[in-house]
Amino acid sequence: MHHIDQDLFLGKVSGFLGGYFLFVAVMNAVAAFYLWRTGRSKELFRVGGLPVTTALFWLAIAMILTIASAFAFGGTPWGMPLVLMDFADWLMSPVVYTVGSLAVLSLMFVARDFFVRPFVAWSGLNIALFLMGLSMTDQDFYSIVGKPDNVPIVGMVFLLGYFTWLGAYKAVINDRRIANGEEPLEALDKEKVLVWPDLVYTELICMVALTALLIVWAIVLKAPLEEPASAVKTPNPSKAPWYFLGLQEMLVYYDPWMAGVVLPSMVVFGLMAIPFLDFNKKGNGYYTIADRKFAYVTFQFGFLVLWVTLIVMGTFLRGPNWNFFGPYEAWDPHKVVALNNVDLSEYFWISALGQARPKAPSDASTAVQLGYILLRESPGIVLLLLYLGALPPALVLYSRFFRDLFVRMGFLRYMVLSNLLLMMMLLPIKMVARWTVNMKYFIAIPEYFLNF
Amino acid sequence: MASLGEIIRESQIWKSVIRHPMPVDRRNRVVVMLTNFFLHLHPVSIKKQGIALSYTWCMGGVTFFLFLVETITGVLLMFYYRPTLEWAYNDILALRDVTSLGLLREIHRWGAHAMVITVWLHMYRVFLTGSYKPPREFNWVVGVILLLLTLLMSFTGYLLPWDQLAIWAITVGSNMARATPFLGYEGPGAQLLSVDGIDMITNASDARFGLLGARFVGEETLNRFYVLHCIAIPLGVALLLAIHFWRVRKDGGISAPM
Repeated sequence: MHHIDQDLFLGKVSGFLGGYFLFVAVMNAVAAFYLWRTGRSKELFRVGGLPVTTALFWLAIAMILTIASAFAFGGTPWGMPLVLMDFADWLMSPVVYTVGSLAVLSLMFVARDFFVRPFVAWSGLNIALFLMGLSMTDQDFYSIVGKPDNVPIVGMVFLLGYFTWLGAYKAVINDRRIANGEEPLEALDKEKVLVWPDLVYTELICMVALTALLIVWAIVLKAPLEEPASAVKTPNPSKAPWYFLGLQEMLVYYDPWMAGVVLPSMVVFGLMAIPFLDFNKKGNGYYTIADRKFAYVTFQFGFLVLWVTLIVMGTFLRGPNWNFFGPYEAWDPHKVVALNNVDLSEYFWISALGQARPKAPSDASTAVQLGYILLRESPGIVLLLLYLGALPPALVLYSRFFRDLFVRMGFLRYMVLSNLLLMMMLLPIKMVARWTVNMKYFIAIPEYFLNF
Repeated sequence: MASLGEIIRESQIWKSVIRHPMPVDRRNRVVVMLTNFFLHLHPVSIKKQGIALSYTWCMGGVTFFLFLVETITGVLLMFYYRPTLEWAYNDILALRDVTSLGLLREIHRWGAHAMVITVWLHMYRVFLTGSYKPPREFNWVVGVILLLLTLLMSFTGYLLPWDQLAIWAITVGSNMARATPFLGYEGPGAQLLSVDGIDMITNASDARFGLLGARFVGEETLNRFYVLHCIAIPLGVALLLAIHFWRVRKDGGISAPM
């Protein structure tokens, strides 16, 4: 990371930040205007007997942002307090990041009635945009987030946030209606309209707007082009294209044959299997959470937690040598992270039993050697067999929920579903095992490249 | 006195191409959907609720539109770009500095990123509305394959600028294939595939070699990815898109509460 003089840097980004804050200000002003004109503005609280409505509140926010914009245009943009940046860097680690995103998403799910309220969601958007604006004055943050190929990911995060909100917002309304014995919103309007003009014109407008967006994007942001390819100069870090960075992140916990081949294949297979595993007839053609809670939670966990947050981590928080860096931390290629990972067989034979791991005599035949390897790795093999083979039936016996699933789905479909779920859960399990007891491999057979 | 527009619309040439009158009344708005090749993808009438933007998010349509943008800009880029070690990088430089406007590659690259995002969002919407449920199971499967092909199109295209970003991203991405079980030379089980002590799976015969056309990312890879990117995968996508759209219609159109 080449740092330049901070004043020089601020001069470089101040124009952009001025426009950025102005844009967010206008966004809030338009929202205030909309609330006021449509009569949706509600009283928030009173100051000295005078009511402060939502419209007034967002107008005030717009004014503050306009001031922020003026400061930025003036060459002295507001920045994040140093204490906060240091705290964020100090706090951030793969554990905090992963567990934290899971906790936040779980909280939002549980308290979704609160979080889908437009006022709450709009506040969240404003806070995110404001913090991002402040953070852009940090050179390390800027250099990662402002990298041309990373800009789409920033956009994706906001789009995903918006659409997750939209889906949940409609689902919460529908769930409330269904609980009251009413039809979902989507069932209310049974009217049919002609495709010309109602759909054709929408499509045309979309096409024109998108074309304009793409052209503006192409003018504002140049496509990245680095030095000519060189097979001898390996960049550090070497990263796959951004949409595969979740897989690259899995390489920390799995060997390539799992992270790069088996698990992606299972993701594709599992996605294809969804319609054949989800026997729930409810929730077809309308947004709902209550009617299909299990499907909703499973998909959100797989998509938002295991796919998207890992991509975000791989893109923004993984630096040289794939080490973890806080959002405001300089990417130091010499950062040393102590790694002392231990295989399960070592824990079992050496630590627990206090003896050497079984090893075949050097002149033994292949079959004998294989036998010794299996013996050495037997703890992991037994665990895996129990996990994939014995856990699904055990769940049927001891959990009413899984028993119902089993009865509805039959043996084969139940085993496919439960094994897909268990394979999905293996990643968090491996992560936790790595963080807590430095577990490297449950089964380590380097002789055959079979590490698991 | 007839206006120029009327003269054109009354001419034999115009009528031979556009076989319906202007869609200004109900009857002709039906006729236009039935007789126009590009519009016959759509039904004549549709549930009002089903085309609400807050319901569909328009993401499937946006993805298809981006595919068209990528096809058009891609064909134009092919006029300028030569997939050889000697020229690839220089042609990209020239595209930026010499070609008029110099925006082709930008639109193509940002469109590609956007397409990956919109196809995910489309899947997200289809899941959240349960639109994969019967009778649309098969179309969901086709959609998953299309999503995968979208990623592969983007991945193969990533190599073509032949800069540091390109070859190392592809090197990292394709190194995984080395570990394919049985078919990668560092994959589990590959050693078992040997005849009379001669390994069948080596670094010159495994899955990665098949992908790259060589032991490492080189000119053979560039050619292979170029053909995959410009011809093979788009053809597959076009075929599956046709099936995808056809099945949307045949499976009852846009989903709605049963």
